[in-house]
Amino acid sequence: MKLTDHHPSPIARERAGYRKRQTVRSVLVAAASTGVLGTLLVLAVTGSPGWERVRQSFLDPRIGREALPEILTGLWLNVRLLFFCALGALALGLLVAVLRTLRGPVFFPVRALAAGYTYTFRGLPLIIVIYVLTLGVPGLRLQGMPPVLILGGIALVLTYGGYLAEVFRAGIESIHPSQLAAARSLGLTYRQTMRHVVLPQAVRRVAPPLLNDVVALQKDVGLVSLAGPIDAVRAAQIATAESFNYTPYIVAGVLFVLLAIPLIAVTDWVTLRAARRQAAR
Amino acid sequence: MSVPVLSCRGLRKVFGGHVVLDDLDLDVAEHEVVALIGASGSGKSTLLRCVNLLEEIDDGTIGLDGEHITDPRTDPDLVRRRIGIVFQSYNLFPHLRVLDNITLAPVRVHRRDRAEAEAQARELLARVGLAEKAGDYPDRLSGGQQQRVAIVRALVNSPRLLLLDEVTSALDPELVGEVLTMIRDLKADGMTMVLATHEMGFAREVADRVCFLDGGRVIEDGPPEQVLGEPTQPRTRQFLRRIIEAGRLQVG
Repeated sequence: MKLTDHHPSPIARERAGYRKRQTVRSVLVAAASTGVLGTLLVLAVTGSPGWERVRQSFLDPRIGREALPEILTGLWLNVRLLFFCALGALALGLLVAVLRTLRGPVFFPVRALAAGYTYTFRGLPLIIVIYVLTLGVPGLRLQGMPPVLILGGIALVLTYGGYLAEVFRAGIESIHPSQLAAARSLGLTYRQTMRHVVLPQAVRRVAPPLLNDVVALQKDVGLVSLAGPIDAVRAAQIATAESFNYTPYIVAGVLFVLLAIPLIAVTDWVTLRAARRQAAR
Repeated sequence: MSVPVLSCRGLRKVFGGHVVLDDLDLDVAEHEVVALIGASGSGKSTLLRCVNLLEEIDDGTIGLDGEHITDPRTDPDLVRRRIGIVFQSYNLFPHLRVLDNITLAPVRVHRRDRAEAEAQARELLARVGLAEKAGDYPDRLSGGQQQRVAIVRALVNSPRLLLLDEVTSALDPELVGEVLTMIRDLKADGMTMVLATHEMGFAREVADRVCFLDGGRVIEDGPPEQVLGEPTQPRTRQFLRRIIEAGRLQVG
């Protein structure tokens, strides 16, 4: 019988009708409760005794408009830093994770170095790494010292590379040994096994946590402003100091959220897809 | 007599204080099919994994076409290219399409032309009735289809010796037949095979020799009619009686 030839029995139609009514009901309940909660929140905030004062110092449209160009200029720095630092940290993390899986006595120093790196940079506060690289390293007065912005970027890559290395390693170790056995039994070398069998599966599996760390990195790239370069938050701080009004911070905050939305959406999509794939088994 | 394809002498393998293989000897001649039978833990799978150098043996030697492959100076990757192995749980690569599973080794290991390797893979798939599955991912296939792909993957390297490790144990009964048919065809083509199996009926039909493993040794070795029909060793008789009680071997 063809799919279209089927006429649902009365009982199936009754069930479908009931489910539809239930769905409509839940949507209505959700809309009502959201509306009530939202109204209460707005009333509580706008009805508070200090609301007028807070509105003036945090939500002044004129000051927000005036600060916007400076903040956008700063944000462009954030975006560029995020792009290069994310690529750098992903590459470094992957390299360190692979180095940590190498077996055999020859690789002991490499393994030890890679392990020491992840321990150190996951423990070390990012601010201190930035200070050491942007203030300490130029103090060496070596030839060809890169600008402070690059040094700050290196600090970010070093710190986030440590986190990402552990995420990659978790992914590599989650691949079942039978996959390695199958690859090696076909004559693939360790390198070929990693490249063609283990890493493609591992990276797919840990894509959600990796992207999560990239979202976190997006907020931390602004910390290079500690060394001088003006990012969005620093631009907002300057504007705030000039106007004695905090609105520029709110503007910067909104821009950061807008910037994060596409990244978070991609993360959610990847997570969902991974979950669907698992469920299909 | 010519040099055996596989020749194991005095194999010993210990796992955490437990002796799995104990002074085991086994020869397999060219075009011969040897079935390894025995209870779980008797060392069948370990033996196959040792032959493929996936496990390191603790004593003894393994020869492949007269070459000592257990010599630490041999390159295990070069040895594995001459031996195919098929696992109980298929172990296909889930992130690669069926065709890419099969051509991975020919293209990356044997440096063959991709188009030529794919043509050969498609031909082999067609021969086992899986031509239309070439572009699918393994998890879209049934267990029997996956296992047939795994066998094709092992065959595409034209191995000297094919090891089959309980290849039907994870399959639903109605899917076992399609895999066994494929192995029967391989025997007809003259492939040298060692298979660990619980399918006594199949061992009787396809094997030239049946070896009963117990306590890490081959304690009975002979033609299937003799080992499965008139075993001389009490341990073999005991094992076969249990198998018959479990309904896996028709009497007579």
